[in-house]
Amino acid sequence: MPTLTAITQRTDVVVEIGGLPIRLRCEDPAFIRLLINRYAGYISSSIEAGFDFEIELAPPDTKCGDEDVQVKWDTDRWLMTRGDFRAEWNPSTLRGRVRQTINPYSLDSVLRIVHTLLLARKGGFLVHASSAICDGRAFLFSGISGAGKTTIARLAPPDAALLTDEISYVIPQDGRYFAVGTPFFGELARVGENLRAPIDCVYLLAKGPKNKIEPIVGADAVRGLLGNILFFARDPEFVKLVFDAAFDFASRVPVRRLTFVPDMRVWELIV
Amino acid sequence: MSVKPYLARSPAIAARVLGDETMVMSGINSTLFTLDKVATIIWESADGTTPLEEIVKKKVCARYDVSLEVALKDAELLVEQLAEHGLLLLSDQPIAQSSSSPKVNP
Repeated sequence: MPTLTAITQRTDVVVEIGGLPIRLRCEDPAFIRLLINRYAGYISSSIEAGFDFEIELAPPDTKCGDEDVQVKWDTDRWLMTRGDFRAEWNPSTLRGRVRQTINPYSLDSVLRIVHTLLLARKGGFLVHASSAICDGRAFLFSGISGAGKTTIARLAPPDAALLTDEISYVIPQDGRYFAVGTPFFGELARVGENLRAPIDCVYLLAKGPKNKIEPIVGADAVRGLLGNILFFARDPEFVKLVFDAAFDFASRVPVRRLTFVPDMRVWELIV
Repeated sequence: MSVKPYLARSPAIAARVLGDETMVMSGINSTLFTLDKVATIIWESADGTTPLEEIVKKKVCARYDVSLEVALKDAELLVEQLAEHGLLLLSDQPIAQSSSSPKVNP
């Protein structure tokens, strides 16, 4: 019996991170397929989206500069630029545009920026941290590059749900702070599980000769946290929102220093 | 006195006092600064209308065993540094709170 298989040439996809659906449109179905693969686990089946982004693909031979990311408010929109992309987003019209070459990394950065801007209004933030859920509790492991975020994630017990090994998504809800899974990964190259749980503790990572946990309080806790929070936007109002969120977070969630040797025994101390 | 005498906190910052310290973050580049106890006194007194020398005399020298000359020299250095980072506005004239724009700071 002859069969007919329809291959849908989709030109849009809705990516939902932290409960926020963003529609990504592109005339190139191959790029949409790339995004569906990249954001597996975070693709929404809903046709509703909070924001729409039109993606314009530059020719593959387009030269990309090495400029660092810049985010600034201009009249009625956020302008986001880096060597490999130019993007803008108007929160009033709920629409944005991205111009980039065919790669998943540029859009990844745009999404991170957009989520930091949106989270700031809600009292949340993105932070350089791996995170995992154990027994219904989320644990964050924060530090700069090389501090051990991915190492801790790799050592997690089998029953732990890994939310990310790179960028943790923190959002307040009902007087508590929750960690939410993200597709933003680091060296582990694995998309986090699309789950959420109340944050039990934040560990600031340090490597040492033996496993040890020490409480960090007051200004040291806030300082340690602020040092790892993502601040993309050079905008005083945005900075104030995130600064205040960090203080509120540190007053509600224990911050501790985790000095560890890279073997699985460290998790016995954590949970 | 070498620095401009009137000082006001920039509106383009985020700041909180925690214990004896003040944490100040630049709203322009999100750099974080920590002020110690004495620096916090000066920071909190930077109302745009009280000259630095008066702040040092009444709020620093009155609490600590230090001469006005030494304390003022240190305070001038501090406010210059804070102004360089855009955290404080300095002026030859009193700075009205409503007109505390970064343009005041050279």
